[in-house]
Amino acid sequence: MNKLDTNYKNTWCPFCGNFGILVAFKRAIENEDLNKIVLTSGIGCHAKIVDYLNLSSFYSLHGRSIPAAEGIKLANPELKVVAFTGDGDSLNEGISHLIHAAKRNTDITVILHNNRLFALTTGQFTAVSEDGFKGRSTPMGAPESPINPLELMLASNATFIARSYSGNIKHLEETIKKAMDHKGFSIIEVIEPCVSFFNVTDFYNKNTYTIEENNLTEREEALKKIREWNYEGEGKIPLGVFYKIDKAPYFERALIAKKEETVEEVLEDLI
Amino acid sequence: MKDFTILVGGQAGQGSRKAGLVIAKILNNLGYRIFIYDDYQSLIKGGHSFSKVRASFKKVLSQEEEVNFLLALDEETLKRHLKEIKDDKFIIFNADKIKSEKGIGINIETIAKEEGGSPIMANTAIISAFAKMVGIDFSLLKNVFEKEFKKGLDINLKIAERVYGEVEEKIKIEKLENKPLPLITGNEALALGAVKAGLEMYYAYPMTPATSILHFLAERKLGVETIQLENEISVIIAAIGSAYAGKRSMVGTSGGGFALMTEGISLATISETPVVIVNSQRSGPATGVPTYSGQSDLNFVLNAGHGDIVKFTIAPSNADECYYWGGKILNLAFKYQTPAVLLIDKEISESTFNLEIKEDVLKEEALLSSKGEDYKRYEFSENGISPLAFPGKEAIVKATSYEHDEFGLTAEESEEEIVLMQEKRLRKFEAMQEEVDNMENAINVYGKKDSKNVLFTFGSSTGPVVEVAEKFDLKVIQLVVLEPFPELQVLEEIENAEQIICVEQNALGQLSSLLAKNGIEANELILKYSSRVFQKQEIEDLLKEII
Repeated sequence: MNKLDTNYKNTWCPFCGNFGILVAFKRAIENEDLNKIVLTSGIGCHAKIVDYLNLSSFYSLHGRSIPAAEGIKLANPELKVVAFTGDGDSLNEGISHLIHAAKRNTDITVILHNNRLFALTTGQFTAVSEDGFKGRSTPMGAPESPINPLELMLASNATFIARSYSGNIKHLEETIKKAMDHKGFSIIEVIEPCVSFFNVTDFYNKNTYTIEENNLTEREEALKKIREWNYEGEGKIPLGVFYKIDKAPYFERALIAKKEETVEEVLEDLI
Repeated sequence: MKDFTILVGGQAGQGSRKAGLVIAKILNNLGYRIFIYDDYQSLIKGGHSFSKVRASFKKVLSQEEEVNFLLALDEETLKRHLKEIKDDKFIIFNADKIKSEKGIGINIETIAKEEGGSPIMANTAIISAFAKMVGIDFSLLKNVFEKEFKKGLDINLKIAERVYGEVEEKIKIEKLENKPLPLITGNEALALGAVKAGLEMYYAYPMTPATSILHFLAERKLGVETIQLENEISVIIAAIGSAYAGKRSMVGTSGGGFALMTEGISLATISETPVVIVNSQRSGPATGVPTYSGQSDLNFVLNAGHGDIVKFTIAPSNADECYYWGGKILNLAFKYQTPAVLLIDKEISESTFNLEIKEDVLKEEALLSSKGEDYKRYEFSENGISPLAFPGKEAIVKATSYEHDEFGLTAEESEEEIVLMQEKRLRKFEAMQEEVDNMENAINVYGKKDSKNVLFTFGSSTGPVVEVAEKFDLKVIQLVVLEPFPELQVLEEIENAEQIICVEQNALGQLSSLLAKNGIEANELILKYSSRVFQKQEIEDLLKEII
């Protein structure tokens, strides 16, 4: 047994994309100080990952992986905090937290398991499902178009934006390492098939390709790469780091409390 | 004159609140005990705001309806409050804005301008006019100004000096023997108490009347990190995250924000993460009357969070109690690894009191684990409390919102596992009940102790209720700890009661429901739900009908 495994019974469906993410993550952190890593998760298939990893973790509520991670990082900036989340988790329920964490440049790594639907609740559309997606809540097709989450992240001033694919474990492992090395907010959107409700394995295998990672500080170029795929129908899907800039992380700017007076001195001052 | 009230009012932006506070500080230095009520509307400029400063030879926690001095910065103040003044000669008004035959008119804005100041400095002029009228030495005025007006002190002093020379002394307010005490709002007091108990992080989203906790901790240099986040949900979840990582964390809000935080109460309960939530009530439902007071969140707070939950809910009634319980509740939250709510209201949050520390509060360490690799976050124990460890060292700390095993892994399949963990929490709830059973100050008793007429109250209603009860020889029981319910203490105190009357500021009699739930039937209710706090006279009139 790998020391990273809890040996907890895995309940993901056979061939679930999450297995790829689990393997890539374990490989990516092999050389890290494991005592300093803390994981958070929301609720959904993605979230089970914290039960499988023998690391400190906070298994939070639906949509709240990110604020939990932010609180942990602010309490102890020495920790490397990785927030696992899903598309339902952070693009539906907790989208405000994702936007603000990016805007603040909170120093956490967000791994967004994007299977483009609610899986654990048996297949309803999320913010990134195709227009017309037929699920049990929308038998006639979802009456909404998807958003592009990485475009949203760029607009929210995220300082590290990447996409990877659960079927390309080597690429995912490398991308996770880069994200965890980034000082500030990093997000990796990991596209993955849901083998039970939205099995696009063949489509992803055929259409994903890795890009050359250059000119990473150019916003316009990043936007072009991010917009290449529109989360609908056919088209090529670029994988890789799209954008990376240096900016002071939130904790350095927010944790500024000074201890220069005592309660007794304040009380004296209030007479 | 040993117990008197000054009302100073004007439009929002005219500085009436500051004028009230400076006058209070002057009187505090003369040995008077102070209680200031601030009244304002939900707007930035205009409208009508006023402060009522009650100064007395003894400690007071209520306001009088009649006022002895009326200081009007605008016409509205004079119009609205003229009926409250006892003696017309003690009115000072802004003659630049108001024409009146009663009282003393001073062109305070013109004077402020002529001395090189801005129109808002007219409030300085009115302070000085009052000081002269009641025979306060200019040197004392100057001392207080030096502390209170760090910016523009010279101009303020010039304005004050000129007005002081133009007004006649009409009455002499004596200096008393009392030592001056800190003047502090309930919000400031609870923040300081929490700091004494080791508060490290305060998270908030602005919401009246809790906002000044955030302001106070952000301005002062007490070593507390203050973090404003995007909404109340992220506030509570991030605070829970911080506590999980080892930092003593607190959040503050009012009813609407508290509603958003309730999922966090559930999360903190099952994940056994300590967090303190301040809920400063205003009138609800929904936005209600946002800058006024109320006690209508009681039912909601006691029942907040889905699932089987017992937490601490504690309702201090003034600054002294806010200071003590602000610290104590943080200790309790960490001792029992539980969410805990400090329930106050606008009247307590924003009124200014003299703080008298009878019993100081100190940080009490939580039960910590020294284990490394074999650490189990939810290890079974007799009293249900598992030692805490924080991530970053050898121990793997797994906290979770799911039902779980001792290590913190999801428990779904085994009924036995689920029951064991629920029962561990039940043992902890029992220990929390025992803690309350052994608290001497879980309730406070006032008035005639053997009276057969017992008034039950809590929070800010306590001040006026106690004053009335003392006058009529009635007994008052103030519930301080509301959850777990201090049943032993209450039952002992009502053994000989023939009539039980609940006095509370809501429309449904929520305190009486809490008593009923614990087998105590109230015979009568005295309710007020106009969003304004109880006046003693109102309680008196209603009591006369009952008793």
